[in-house]
Amino acid sequence: MISQIIFFILLFSAVFLFSKNARKIYRNIKLGQPLNRSDRPGERLKLMLLVAFGQKKMFKKPLPAILHLFVYVGFCIINIEMLEIVIDGLFGTHRILSALGSFYNFLIFAFEWLALGVLVSCVIFFIRRNLLNIYRFKGIELKDWPKTDANLILITEILLMAAFLFMNAADYSLQQQGAAGYHEAGAFPVSQYLSAMLPESANTLVFIERFCWWFHIIGVFAFLNYLPISKHLHIILAFPNTYFSKLEPKGQFTNIESVTAEVKSMLDPSIPPPSGEVARFGAKDVHDLTWKNLLDAYTCTECGRCTAACPANITGKLLSPRKIMMDTRDRLEEVGRNISKNGTFKEDEKSLIDSYITREELWACTTCNACVEQCPVNINPLEIIVGLRQYAVMEESQAPSSINAMFSNLENNGAPWKYSQADRANWANK
Amino acid sequence: MENNIHVPTVAELLAKGESPDLLFWVGCAGSFDERAQRITKDICKILQHVGIKYAILGTEESCTGDPAKRAGNEFLFQMQAMMNIDILNGYEIKKIVTACPHCFNTLKNEYPSLGGHYEVIHHTELIQSLIDEGKLKPADGNTFKGKRITYHDPCYLGRANDVYEAPRKILETLDADLVELKRCRSNGLCCGAGGAQMFKEPEPGKKDVNIERIEDVIETKASLVASACPFCMTMLQDGVKIKEQEANIEVLDIAEITVKANKL
Repeated sequence: MISQIIFFILLFSAVFLFSKNARKIYRNIKLGQPLNRSDRPGERLKLMLLVAFGQKKMFKKPLPAILHLFVYVGFCIINIEMLEIVIDGLFGTHRILSALGSFYNFLIFAFEWLALGVLVSCVIFFIRRNLLNIYRFKGIELKDWPKTDANLILITEILLMAAFLFMNAADYSLQQQGAAGYHEAGAFPVSQYLSAMLPESANTLVFIERFCWWFHIIGVFAFLNYLPISKHLHIILAFPNTYFSKLEPKGQFTNIESVTAEVKSMLDPSIPPPSGEVARFGAKDVHDLTWKNLLDAYTCTECGRCTAACPANITGKLLSPRKIMMDTRDRLEEVGRNISKNGTFKEDEKSLIDSYITREELWACTTCNACVEQCPVNINPLEIIVGLRQYAVMEESQAPSSINAMFSNLENNGAPWKYSQADRANWANK
Repeated sequence: MENNIHVPTVAELLAKGESPDLLFWVGCAGSFDERAQRITKDICKILQHVGIKYAILGTEESCTGDPAKRAGNEFLFQMQAMMNIDILNGYEIKKIVTACPHCFNTLKNEYPSLGGHYEVIHHTELIQSLIDEGKLKPADGNTFKGKRITYHDPCYLGRANDVYEAPRKILETLDADLVELKRCRSNGLCCGAGGAQMFKEPEPGKKDVNIERIEDVIETKASLVASACPFCMTMLQDGVKIKEQEANIEVLDIAEITVKANKL
């Protein structure tokens, strides 16, 4: 009875804490500018099924794609086991779903192989990340916490799967011994080999079984609450993030409507200039970005496929699209903490541009869309880069001098170079 | 112009009470850059050869605003766009072919919401459809037969607008030894000029993007790298020069290849 109460308290706290953090993230994302992404639901659903559920873009790199698929499928399906653990925990039963008979055996059989798949994949991931020289696992933005974060996630998954398998191994031994409370249930294709490693004493086996059971469930509760502070949120946000993808061609950048109104009145004096609140042009800080840019930032799992494809990054420039996303998230979290503390946002003399992302990074972008193309969950770092450039140019008139020269040529001659518009068709007579 | 081709302007046709079926949007590079001018003329040759009733805007054409937009100057972009749209709509232009993927992208994707609705195609798409219709056919024993050719995807044609097949289909008609770059199609590497980089010095780094790209080209052992963007042409040509490969690697636009192969 005591263990049931403890279990209930743990379950309740884990869910309560998670929903509290989830609401905070939702609030932060809502700080972004409005953007309509509710059109064409059928197309969006299809995209989500292909890209998030079907992991289509992951298969640009087959080896990590297959390993990730093991972890993903394993993670999703083993969650059915969680259902049993929760029922057993709350009602003090043992392997309640074994009432399903042979189907239960099939389930446990599948879980065991999947757990092994997850475990092996995570070990390989850990080796790839820490021991092999892989470009996207390096980079200045992947030091300190982000590096620890990635390794913590892998180690946790390895430990959780190990606990699951050892729990089954002990259970299997106890079943073989005919121990009280351990009726024959399940099929143990993997853990039967582990059970040979375990001691024979029934008491010790019960202790191991119970320890692993608690370790597994507490680990899962802890992991659930680790998600909001880690890069691992993609396991949830990949789905909405792909659903709300940009459906237009990648080359199409949004035309800013407030600029259209101003330009119209400049070109035609009979149209009055737009009245009312003067909007900021471009993005200085996170709340100038759209909510989708902010959702992108929370969805990013820092895999670095974007950075490894970025022409600026691979030729040694400071720009890294992954860092753009990580900076956006870090700043958004900072703004969120500020709001939680003060009720509303209190000016902190910081901004996404300069305090987090430098001008040098911004101006190194070729807008080639390689980062957008590579992202397995349809994150768009380019929109943020262009938004910050727009702020630098339109609000501050701060662009590299050669860019300013190009602007003035364009304004005066209708071409980015210093040639007269009257000479534009001279080539035809050469 | 060589071969005595007269390039008509829309204003000229209008004066005769006529209008073009297709507007050829030359673009700033195509108008002023000497290398790109040769591509412009080749596109005119193709249009003339197949008998399409086309025209250019001539001195009425102005930059689409692409470099301003990518550099963050939305005001300047929209000013350019609205002035161009005024002219295009005034002439009731319906269909446009561009020689530059940047013009192509801007006219096709960013003009509609500002009031400019046209059918916009890139010259590789036009050439491909002309080949499909049987109006263009490489001459027997064309100079490219058996040559090792690779193709560099311009970002604003490929990734930005998913035009990957048209240029490749054109090259396939040459009976050449085609080879893909290791980074091609949606994984293609930028030449380094996009996003207004063409007009500024690169940020400090280990090397220039066009060098990284030309190394991909050298790796294929191709003797010709084809592309379809005036900025890519400049960047690739510079790369070839810096790597001292001028004797080994030729850089040509798909339009130039078409003109040579068809002996126009």
